[in-house]
Amino acid sequence: MTVRKNQASLTSEEKRAFTNAVLELKRTGVYDRFVTTHNGFIMSDTDSGDRVGHRSPSFLPWHRRFLLEFEAELQKVDASVALPYWDWTADRTSRSSLWAADFLGGTGRARDGQVMDGPFAYSAGKFPVNVRVDGRAYLRRSLGASVAELPTKAEVDAVLAMPVYDMAPWNSASNGFRNHLEGWRGANLHNRVHVWVGGQMATGVSPNDPVFWMHHAFVDKLWAEWQARHPQSTYLPAAGTANVVDLNGTMRPWNDVTPADMLDHRKFYAFDTEPAAAASQR
Amino acid sequence: MNKITRRQAMGTAAGALAALGIAGATAHAAATDSRAATTPSGTVDEVYQGRRIRITPASGGHHGGHHGGGHSGLPTVRIDGRELHVMRNADGTWISVVNHYETFADPLSLARAAVRELQGATLAPFSPMGGTA
Repeated sequence: MTVRKNQASLTSEEKRAFTNAVLELKRTGVYDRFVTTHNGFIMSDTDSGDRVGHRSPSFLPWHRRFLLEFEAELQKVDASVALPYWDWTADRTSRSSLWAADFLGGTGRARDGQVMDGPFAYSAGKFPVNVRVDGRAYLRRSLGASVAELPTKAEVDAVLAMPVYDMAPWNSASNGFRNHLEGWRGANLHNRVHVWVGGQMATGVSPNDPVFWMHHAFVDKLWAEWQARHPQSTYLPAAGTANVVDLNGTMRPWNDVTPADMLDHRKFYAFDTEPAAAASQR
Repeated sequence: MNKITRRQAMGTAAGALAALGIAGATAHAAATDSRAATTPSGTVDEVYQGRRIRITPASGGHHGGHHGGGHSGLPTVRIDGRELHVMRNADGTWISVVNHYETFADPLSLARAAVRELQGATLAPFSPMGGTA
């Protein structure tokens, strides 16, 4: 059973196993396939046309499936690896151990935003940015530069309290839990974290920064927490809705998976905060 | 892998913008920005931080923008000749592939933000599937 742990609690060995597996996927080209897929959806998901990965109800199940596929690739390299999650309500400064040289490396240098330390620094030679929106082949970050503060626990709790999953018009203008979590409305949770990290994370090719996976693993966890708080609430829309994926509709690019298939994460993994995880860990 | 052509991706947005009747608003917003060199049709042509920003309003606007490069209902935004992928949100704000998770009030603000983010780098060739520059 895969157990997804808080990144702050990983041992040095676990951190090294994760970053080594990521570097191996980069070396084989698998990593860049994920970046390309993500950007394709970023550019084609529109508020008034077909939308699957973003600004739509399937934002959460789409990314759950996307992360599962990436995690499976990591586990082909090293079966001990699971996606860690980054609780940005708790680890909310550039001095967090997340950004240390033994994990993801830190913020970029002032001159050009280039990350200069850690396993993903361009100068380390193993993590070129190949799928990109501009000419720069180096990983960039500007932690806290474009927006000063990460979302707070109180802001997250207010969104988790929303009882309705999503509602018409099922896009970036919607009221409800999904769009407030995605961040087009309200306190701005998920979107703001992308902007806070800056560099590639602020662009359509955001998975170029390995923190993408930890950010979305936490967004995914918040979805699970919302489900636990609102057992009577379910994924919406149910059926017959134009341009978006209904509960039993299939999601591109896989075409064989529905939001309904993704509702229960416990089929695939547990979080380290759950009793099931405690039972399966030694 | 999904196969989305630019025409498909842009076409859906075009229909919706036309339906909402807001395609012409872009040109108006740009034209009222005193800092930009504008033409009566709403085209923007300015140098910002050393980069040339050109914005051609969407075709089909009601202020005579029929010669614009935007065949899709969206304006065409270019930085030093390279096209910047832009989208309009349901609330009328704008995002680009360079600043995807942060919204801007109009295409010119969006283009200037992209210039700042690029820090002199050249935009990659326009490619709806991301491309490998």
